[in-house]
Amino acid sequence: MTKFLSRNRHTVQRIGFSLITLMAVLTVLPIVGTIIYILVQGGSAISWGFLSGFPHDGMRAGGILPAIIGTLYLTIGTAIFSVPLGIAAAVYLSEYAKDTQWTRLIRLAIINLAGIPSVVYGLFGLGLFVLFLQFGTSILAASLTLSIMTLPVIISTAEESLRAVPQAFRTVSISLGATRWQTIRKIVLKEALPGILTGVILGLERAAGETAPILFTGAAFFLPRLPQSPFDATMALPYHLFVISTQVPEMPIQIQYGTALVLLVFVLTMNLIATVIRSRARARRQW
Amino acid sequence: MEKSLNWREFIITRAIKASGYSAVVFVLLIFFFLLREGLPTLGEVDASSLLNIRWYPIEDHFGILPLITGSIIITFGAALIAVPFGIGTAVYISEIAPRWMREILKPLVELLGGLPSVVLGFLGILVLSPYLRILLDLPTGLTAFTGSLLLGGIAVPTVVSVAEDALDSVPRAYREGAWALGATKWQTIWRVTLPAAKSGVLTAVMLGVGRAIGETMTVMMVTGNAPVMATKLGSLFSPVRTMTATIAAEMGEVANGSTHYHVLFFIGMVLFLISLIVNVIASSVVFRAKKRAERILS
Repeated sequence: MTKFLSRNRHTVQRIGFSLITLMAVLTVLPIVGTIIYILVQGGSAISWGFLSGFPHDGMRAGGILPAIIGTLYLTIGTAIFSVPLGIAAAVYLSEYAKDTQWTRLIRLAIINLAGIPSVVYGLFGLGLFVLFLQFGTSILAASLTLSIMTLPVIISTAEESLRAVPQAFRTVSISLGATRWQTIRKIVLKEALPGILTGVILGLERAAGETAPILFTGAAFFLPRLPQSPFDATMALPYHLFVISTQVPEMPIQIQYGTALVLLVFVLTMNLIATVIRSRARARRQW
Repeated sequence: MEKSLNWREFIITRAIKASGYSAVVFVLLIFFFLLREGLPTLGEVDASSLLNIRWYPIEDHFGILPLITGSIIITFGAALIAVPFGIGTAVYISEIAPRWMREILKPLVELLGGLPSVVLGFLGILVLSPYLRILLDLPTGLTAFTGSLLLGGIAVPTVVSVAEDALDSVPRAYREGAWALGATKWQTIWRVTLPAAKSGVLTAVMLGVGRAIGETMTVMMVTGNAPVMATKLGSLFSPVRTMTATIAAEMGEVANGSTHYHVLFFIGMVLFLISLIVNVIASSVVFRAKKRAERILS
């Protein structure tokens, strides 16, 4: 008791708070530092030729267009598969499922999907899509692999924003004669849209930056032309950055930083859009 | 009109229900394909050489022990960083920071979670490892320690967001009770809020560790990739190689269906099982805590 009420407990608090604050600062500073450093170092490499040209001289010169286009293709491909499936699964969990053993099993499965190492997704994609279904090393196989990896993010954020829609909205809609699906489509999904969109973008952001899942399912070391169909392999920004920073000797540092910068801007833009959508929706919400 | 509406409703409801179970189907599919390609290992390599200390696939030495110890030592180092800094930051955001500060910090930490690991690995090669090599006077900067530092950073956002959720869900009345008894804010945090959020914080730590074990690109780029046994603390400052990095580095070069190919899938299976165990335990901790909270409230 005496210790609990001792007089220097306020000094202890002051020291403790300073330590915790210092820890928070030390956690955040490297993030800001990393981003600024890459922006500064990579800035001078960016030019129209760099963004719109093909790599040449063993990738030691030229641009990174095929990698940019490839990452766009993979992100869109991932969205095509994971967005409808993820939102439908979230609608099921929030609007249809009762709290049964089965529902608990689904939740456990979602948590597990979220925890599986990305390289294991790569192995799975290789086993199922590339070899068993014979899609080959292709945009299709890589997109499907990334979709399954993105699914848990989309499901859990979408479910959360669906659940945030007040129950009264549903009751009123049903009482006006709407069917359950009409209620979900025109009322619940519409109200939850900003939250769902935020989750979708954050999920796709992760997919766009991933390397390990596409290593053996769709990424190409170097291609002299853009992919022509979903069954072609593709270059991608994260894999390209990995290649030029570890596999190519005497790689000009400028191109490495430039590539890192483009990848970072790609990812940060998505992150920023998600943050803006979320905060605008929060400000406008009336319930 | 009436009838077609019913039909559509019926089909859509069915489709939504089917999608609901997709996550379960995918977990089973992943497990099935890992088993299918990984289990033949046990027929091709006998257990004693699998549990050997030599990983040298070209001469058919498939001892996975150095890879496991490599993963363990790097993850241990990462946890030493991610746990205190993650929990500290969560406490700061949830208990100490003024509102405007919170609004800045939370998106920033989220941003760290979204940074591609290959970018961190890239900076690890170009900036961090040369710096550490000079600072610590090592023959190479590509060591387990470099990997641990970066991996700690990668695991921090997971720890922060889960721990902060846990702290947030502690009822305000608990804190007010402690303040009313004369406790300082600091005492309240340590003796009331953190103990009340214990299970959630534990979950945060486990998920952070799970994130660190599974990370691939960063460790492949900065740890030097030498498959040597990491048995003492000093190994932290020499090159090692993890399970994840081995799969990523070698899968592209093996023939489909070869022993080496099967062993790599076997390692993937081990990783899958580790993440399964971590996540099942972590989520059951949360479930139990929820039940206790319900008991208290009723």
